[in-house]
Amino acid sequence: MASIQHLEDLTTQVRRDILRMVHKVNSGHPGGSLGCAEFLVALYDEIMDRKEGFDMDGIGEDLFFLSNGHISPVFYSVLSRTGYFPVEELNTFRLINTRLQGHPTTHEGLPGVRIASGSLGQGLSVALGAAQAKKLNGCKHIVYSLHGDGEMQEGQNWEAIMYASAKKVDNIIATIDLNGQQIDGSTDDVLPMGSFRAKFEAFGWTVIDIEEGNNIEAILKGMAEAKSLTGQGKPVCVLLKTVMGNGVDFMMHTHAWHGKAPNDEQLAIGLEQNPETLGDY
Amino acid sequence: MKTYTNTGSKDTRSGFGDGLTELGKTNDNVVALCADLIGSLKMDDFKKNHPERFFQVGIAEANMIGLAAGLTIGGKIPFTGTFANFSTGRVYDQIRQSVAYSDKNVKICASHAGLTLGEDGATHQILEDIGLMKMLPGMTVINPCDYNQTKAATIAIADHHGPVYLRFGRPKVANFTPEDQTFEIGKALHLQTGTDVTIVATGHLVWEALEAAKTLNDKGISAEVINIHTIKPLDANAIIESVKKTKCIVTAEEHNHLGGLGESIARVLSQHQPTPQEFIATNDTFGESGTPAQLMEKYGLNAEAIVKAAEKVITRK
Repeated sequence: MASIQHLEDLTTQVRRDILRMVHKVNSGHPGGSLGCAEFLVALYDEIMDRKEGFDMDGIGEDLFFLSNGHISPVFYSVLSRTGYFPVEELNTFRLINTRLQGHPTTHEGLPGVRIASGSLGQGLSVALGAAQAKKLNGCKHIVYSLHGDGEMQEGQNWEAIMYASAKKVDNIIATIDLNGQQIDGSTDDVLPMGSFRAKFEAFGWTVIDIEEGNNIEAILKGMAEAKSLTGQGKPVCVLLKTVMGNGVDFMMHTHAWHGKAPNDEQLAIGLEQNPETLGDY
Repeated sequence: MKTYTNTGSKDTRSGFGDGLTELGKTNDNVVALCADLIGSLKMDDFKKNHPERFFQVGIAEANMIGLAAGLTIGGKIPFTGTFANFSTGRVYDQIRQSVAYSDKNVKICASHAGLTLGEDGATHQILEDIGLMKMLPGMTVINPCDYNQTKAATIAIADHHGPVYLRFGRPKVANFTPEDQTFEIGKALHLQTGTDVTIVATGHLVWEALEAAKTLNDKGISAEVINIHTIKPLDANAIIESVKKTKCIVTAEEHNHLGGLGESIARVLSQHQPTPQEFIATNDTFGESGTPAQLMEKYGLNAEAIVKAAEKVITRK
């Protein structure tokens, strides 16, 4: 097992990557990316059982699907730093001819990406299909997915949530990033969704809370519990409470940095708050 | 003229169902999904024979398309089944992002396409689906003409890697394609050789085109008839070579003239072989309730309409 210190160092480096990527092209989504840095680092560097290299079918390994594709900066940074492609390629984020498109895609053949996402609400259905393919193939591994809380306003999610319990898809752990923010403001201002726990439970899911979704140890503990609950006839949902913009003080607790890049001065402050750990790309 | 015999009218959707039954026996990776229309899509046999590979998703088409995309990850070849309207317009963005842009090996199989759905009316009759699907990069679009061809097409698309839209219908129509004819994606079929006019038809209109050619022959007009079962990729060469000889063309389809086969052909011809063209298609309209025959007559999609269009286009040479 990787040490907590290593995972925290990796998270700090991922935050630097996120800030530098969006700053360079003056576009992209730093807020949600920063909020999910600890989770994706823990998932890829510790929790998931992954094979060397990348093949689309992913038989004999755990899979991950990112449904809220706009947090591509954190996804790309974590993929590159866990070995899917060279970290130098982060330099090409959102540039013409890049494999690191604004939103993740399989179209350019970037290792680590198994589905395009960006148009919201589609990832859970895809993850469930992949989970059912695993069952048909006799593959005992788990399918993980990540969804924004604002994204849950899309109706397709609820078709998929209904289906998952009806069909007893119990080899999936779907995590909802509860940062309470979306483009137009707080989720409670835009369209209050009430209790996710009550909703998922009513739909027949097992629900786990991770109250400190930006704390590596809390994530590891919560996800271990979630994993222990798979294979029991019910899909598992993790409600991950995060802070949007986490780790960069002026980006925290606001929707303002959902889709806005820092300027030179703001970048410098952000990087100062997150000193280099594993080496910049 | 070649003679084509109706060996017994059958619905094209049964060709799909029977093709799927065959695939169930021969290809373990084929899986099927249906959104509460198993009987209408004739998927009963596949469900009965392979319950572990059949997914009833309920009335939730968006989820069905996403599930199908996910099932390809792990090597499955999913065939989704619902009406054409709910297979395309209702789930356009799901197909666009999760299937087409993601290059997933999903076969979107759509019954009850066009006016011949009949009495249910315009909410269920889609005349825009070919346009929607052909616009998606990488999507193959197939509209077979009868039971035998639909069955052969269903079997053929399992061996083609990539997303496919397979369009078929509800009514019993003439079955005349040889039972043993293999289906070659993208390859036009010459059904009649002629010199005065080319008639290119797809789907249910192919039989009507053959009937029209007989009437035209009686009038001393020699019509070439081509079955374009694959609208994308289009066999442009077959069409260009034919009109080089006949100098005029009628296109016939059970679809809106905007976005249909006729427009695809007009684009090819305007670039390579400008040719007078008449369109047998609906004229930017929704359908309505009625029997299939009544509707095809009212909207000008039958042999009689093709004959008139052929006579007209010949005068425009």
